[in-house]
Amino acid sequence: MCLAVPAKIIEMDKQIATVEVGGLSRQASTVLLPDAAIGDYVLIHAGFAISLLDEEQALETIRLFDEMTGGMASGGA
Amino acid sequence: MPLTYLDEFRSAPQVQRLLDELIERRGSELKIMEVCGTHTMAISRYGIRQAAPKGITLISGPGCPVCVTANSDIDRFIEMSMLPGVIATSFGDMLRVPGTRMGLAEARSRGADVRIVYSPLDALRMARENPSKHVVFFGVGFETTAPTVAATLLEARDQGINNFFVQSVHKLVPPALEALCSMPDLAIDTFLCPGHVTAIIGPQAYKPVAEEFGIPCVIAGFEPIDVLQSLIMLAAQVDEGRSEVELQYSRGVRPDGNPQAMALMLSVFEPADAEWRGLGNIPGSGLILRDEFSDHDAAVRFQVDVSYSREPRGCICGDILTGIHTPPHCRLFRKVCTPDHPVGPCMVSSEGTCAAYYQYED
Amino acid sequence: MKTERGKNILLAHGSGGRLTQELIGSVFGRTLSNAILDKMDDSAVVKLDGNLAFTIDSHVVSPLFFPGGDIGRLSLTGTVNDLAMAGAEPLYICAAFVIEEGFPQDDLESIVSSMSLAAGEAGVQVVAGDTKVVERGAADGVFITTSGIGLIPASVRISSSAARPGDAVIVSGTIGDHGIAILSKRQGMDFQTEIRSDCAPLGGLVATMLDASRRVRTLRDPTRGGLAATLNEIAAASGVAIEVDESSIPFRSEVRAACELLGLDPLVLANEGKLVAFVARQDADKVLSAMRGHAYGAGAVIIGEVQESEKPRVYLRTLLGSRRILSMPTGEQLPRIC
Repeated sequence: MCLAVPAKIIEMDKQIATVEVGGLSRQASTVLLPDAAIGDYVLIHAGFAISLLDEEQALETIRLFDEMTGGMASGGA
Repeated sequence: MPLTYLDEFRSAPQVQRLLDELIERRGSELKIMEVCGTHTMAISRYGIRQAAPKGITLISGPGCPVCVTANSDIDRFIEMSMLPGVIATSFGDMLRVPGTRMGLAEARSRGADVRIVYSPLDALRMARENPSKHVVFFGVGFETTAPTVAATLLEARDQGINNFFVQSVHKLVPPALEALCSMPDLAIDTFLCPGHVTAIIGPQAYKPVAEEFGIPCVIAGFEPIDVLQSLIMLAAQVDEGRSEVELQYSRGVRPDGNPQAMALMLSVFEPADAEWRGLGNIPGSGLILRDEFSDHDAAVRFQVDVSYSREPRGCICGDILTGIHTPPHCRLFRKVCTPDHPVGPCMVSSEGTCAAYYQYED
Repeated sequence: MKTERGKNILLAHGSGGRLTQELIGSVFGRTLSNAILDKMDDSAVVKLDGNLAFTIDSHVVSPLFFPGGDIGRLSLTGTVNDLAMAGAEPLYICAAFVIEEGFPQDDLESIVSSMSLAAGEAGVQVVAGDTKVVERGAADGVFITTSGIGLIPASVRISSSAARPGDAVIVSGTIGDHGIAILSKRQGMDFQTEIRSDCAPLGGLVATMLDASRRVRTLRDPTRGGLAATLNEIAAASGVAIEVDESSIPFRSEVRAACELLGLDPLVLANEGKLVAFVARQDADKVLSAMRGHAYGAGAVIIGEVQESEKPRVYLRTLLGSRRILSMPTGEQLPRIC
């Protein structure tokens, strides 16, 4: 229902962030995510940052996944 | 190397192993509804349905907010788009959705000034750049999108952009899920819940579904690993007789969602009954503009006649969405309702159940 | 007589009178000059002997100027590539311009000049042309229709209906670059990217491939509708199934990112300088290394194979290793929220 893409904040000017994803950059509003800061990874939906991505949790998901699959795989991070 | 938050969750060999795991864990047939249209897209894109064991049936729920837009709402937007001096702006997916007489693409061919935007902020900018025009934005979407439209409306008000209007047909996920759960024939064992909606509303929103209706919920991300891990988590809940709200998409969803976005959304919109294509009226499942924003409410500003509006007849998408029937049971399927001339939401969505059936049984 | 700079095209430039002569002489004749065009007869007269390939294509693109090209280069390479995909050596091009009243003459000159550069690169001559000017609003800047002829060597039999089970499917490089380059410049998209259109003439690449093997069966350039449409057309024409492996299809990371962001499918994005080749298995490696030695085939890879099938179908082996149908795209590609 809702396409949102992980992107890295590389610049901030008040509530307008410049975000980068896969070598491509565009502006996104941080009105919905006032604590967002340069260097953060956020989910972008319809030109807005809507949620902060949590690195520890991301790694934990990959770790759990490895565990489920018998620890043979690696997350590749 | 830094995380990309995408590639790490797409690695193929791991997933193959996970699928084998899934087959082992399966006790009896399991019907899993993915509530979210983006999950439906991911399942189709990565071939998860074909790869899943036979005992698991994935059913596509009413999770595409564009596809469930009712004829009457589209008709109203089309009538507005035909008014002189109006620029009608919309997300691109809306162009495929039919109204009673025509869809937006046809309205455009008849002279309506319909423009596709990526963000509601793009529509606001058009209003700023075209002060002599009325810019109407078609506000569709669930809780993920509604706050972005709310923020745009607040900006319009702050900047005094008086020629920007919103027709709000936003919809809410929890009331729709609870309505589904209340259906007597519901043939769903578990829900794969939408990660990005939950990033806003928070995991607690599904508690009634899990606790009162006893249907296990897992909030899932959108990459192959996310979906497959979530299927395993759902299977485990069923195996162990649990019915809880579990969070697989922990990297993107905070335990309390995004309170700022929720507050902003509810300062601009208030819940109201809403008509869903194929499902009918669901109490409290829509969002309308609060009175304070009536100056920007397209429904208030532009009075249009849509007395000709009719919801499609004979469409059984409601039963297909709930897993009661399959598309061949529908009298319209393949005869009246096709991917080029879709009737119900299951055909409107290119990955919907009916569209998928149409393609695979061709 | 040289037309002054900074002027706009007038309706009178299309009237057939003095201004028309002036425009043709100063813009088209001067830039595209060659012995055949210079005669300015009603028809170009050329001498050819053998199997002729003959094609036509209208070019409308918005914006007219985009990263990596413009409508001038596009309209030349588009027709050259259609000829090349028949296995022909592209030779002569005709071009018809429909220009909107008020169009800046400087822009017209740079379009014609980039067309001329592309013709030089492709080794073809523009031998006849036509210019019409329509009222403001009746066209969007400029529309260019080009037609072309080429000679097919006697030994060459290339056709969409010639793909056979076992054939290797090769693409000449990254997919979707043109589509995203165009989209990035459309109003409201506003993303900053280095992606350039791949717009290029492929006659030379095709000649290299045909030199390397006599078993190149099918050639197509995946323009509108992208790889998905092209593969479906070939499957239908040849009555076969085609299976391609998603992980082996080359994409630039920016193209992938733009597609994630806008909800687009890169397999249906247009390409203007890429080709898909179906080659007998035993010659696939030979053709591949020949392609990689050419500037426009440096990124060539095998992406799949042809299979026997009762129904024409295109299958995609997904990143998970499961197989799904890759269907013919429907409608236009638009940014979506779902």
